[in-house]
Amino acid sequence: MTEPTRTEAAIPLWEVFIRARNGLAHKHVGSLHAPDATLALQAARDLYTRRGEGLSIWVVPSAAITASDPAEKGMMFEPTASKIYRHPTFYEIPDEVGHM
Amino acid sequence: MYTQGLASGVDTNERQLEDAALLQRFQERIDAEERIEPNDWMPEAYRRTLVRQISQHAHSEIIGMQPEGNWITRAPSLRRKAALLAKVQDECGHGLYLYAAAETLGVAREEMVDQLLAGKAKYSSIFNYPTLTWADIGAIGWLVDGAAIMNQIPLCRCSYGPYARAMIRVCKEESFHQRQGYEIMLTLCRGTAEQKEMAQDALNRWWWPCLMMFGPPDSASQHTDTSTRWKIKRFTNDELRRKFVDATVPQAHFLGLTVPDPELRFDEATGHWVHGAIDWDEFKQVVAGNGPCNTQRLERRRRTEQDGAWVRAAARAFAEKEKSHRNAAAAA
Ligand SMILES: [Fe+2]
Ligand SMILES: [Fe+2]
Repeated sequence: MTEPTRTEAAIPLWEVFIRARNGLAHKHVGSLHAPDATLALQAARDLYTRRGEGLSIWVVPSAAITASDPAEKGMMFEPTASKIYRHPTFYEIPDEVGHM
Repeated sequence: MYTQGLASGVDTNERQLEDAALLQRFQERIDAEERIEPNDWMPEAYRRTLVRQISQHAHSEIIGMQPEGNWITRAPSLRRKAALLAKVQDECGHGLYLYAAAETLGVAREEMVDQLLAGKAKYSSIFNYPTLTWADIGAIGWLVDGAAIMNQIPLCRCSYGPYARAMIRVCKEESFHQRQGYEIMLTLCRGTAEQKEMAQDALNRWWWPCLMMFGPPDSASQHTDTSTRWKIKRFTNDELRRKFVDATVPQAHFLGLTVPDPELRFDEATGHWVHGAIDWDEFKQVVAGNGPCNTQRLERRRRTEQDGAWVRAAARAFAEKEKSHRNAAAAA
């Protein structure tokens, strides 16, 4: 993309994860810009929890995330589709045995 | 709506260059209601349309803080002031969710903001009208946010994942905006004759600009086709406008107010309200930069950017200092 015309350096991007309640995992809710972790946390509080959406926030520098390539979806995930013996329904248990 | 300045946009040469098979696969995914995610292959025109639409939407939320911000210090009670502050803060949040969604398409927020500051980006025409009285705050919440909701609900099912997810968050927050606006109108309409007149005056001034928010009539709109095929847009401008009119006219009647359209009538056959002709020349003027407040809105946004420069510089300098302290401690 074209370079910003401004002279100011870009402010780093962070990914925000929020735990809505204890007992639930932190879930990705979006991203924001902040110069450091302290300000990122504060901005995440203001931006993503204005209505009691969470009890805990994680902020992670976006640059620290390594993502799989959607173009390699086949190579990454197809092999699991062919391993049907990983599912309980693959095994035949007589009805008389009852729920298992 | 918030993206009225979209130029129609598929360059045919560019499309021929792209792998026809990829294009077909892409369209099949769209047709199957699959969501497109940031790193997925997408046609350049799809990316460009979304960047333009999402950034215009973001700019609208940000500029939209100004007409309402104008009344925060003059709100008639602490209750109203707290609500208005919270609403304006939400609009800022909407702008930020949307800039973040646009950034997933490979454009930097700074670049989008610079385009806005340079006067090269569009935002919704509605925010170029002035808020002259307190009743305007009621009318904006009720009508402008009401129109925004009509537009944004279908966008929650937009084919581009990050935009759809941002819209879901936004829609959850919009309902409070519309209700607080309608409550302001209701209070004025149940007040003194002078207060009711104020509410009527606000409706008179905001009604037509709100109908224009949905953009040019279908007969004149060029970019609906591709956007519809790509499931960025699910309803046409006229369809959304009609939904808005159908929902809003009875609400005006409940307030005891008169919609400023002598031709407005209920069509028994279709079950819809039919409005009179919209002044599209006015709309074109406002979009072209000649509305009542275009200059003032941009000027204010530029000044705010400048005034905030030292804060951003200080925060960056502090972050750098902390980092070098950490590095020094780690090295020791
Ligand atoms: Fe909004
Ligand atoms: Fe709103």
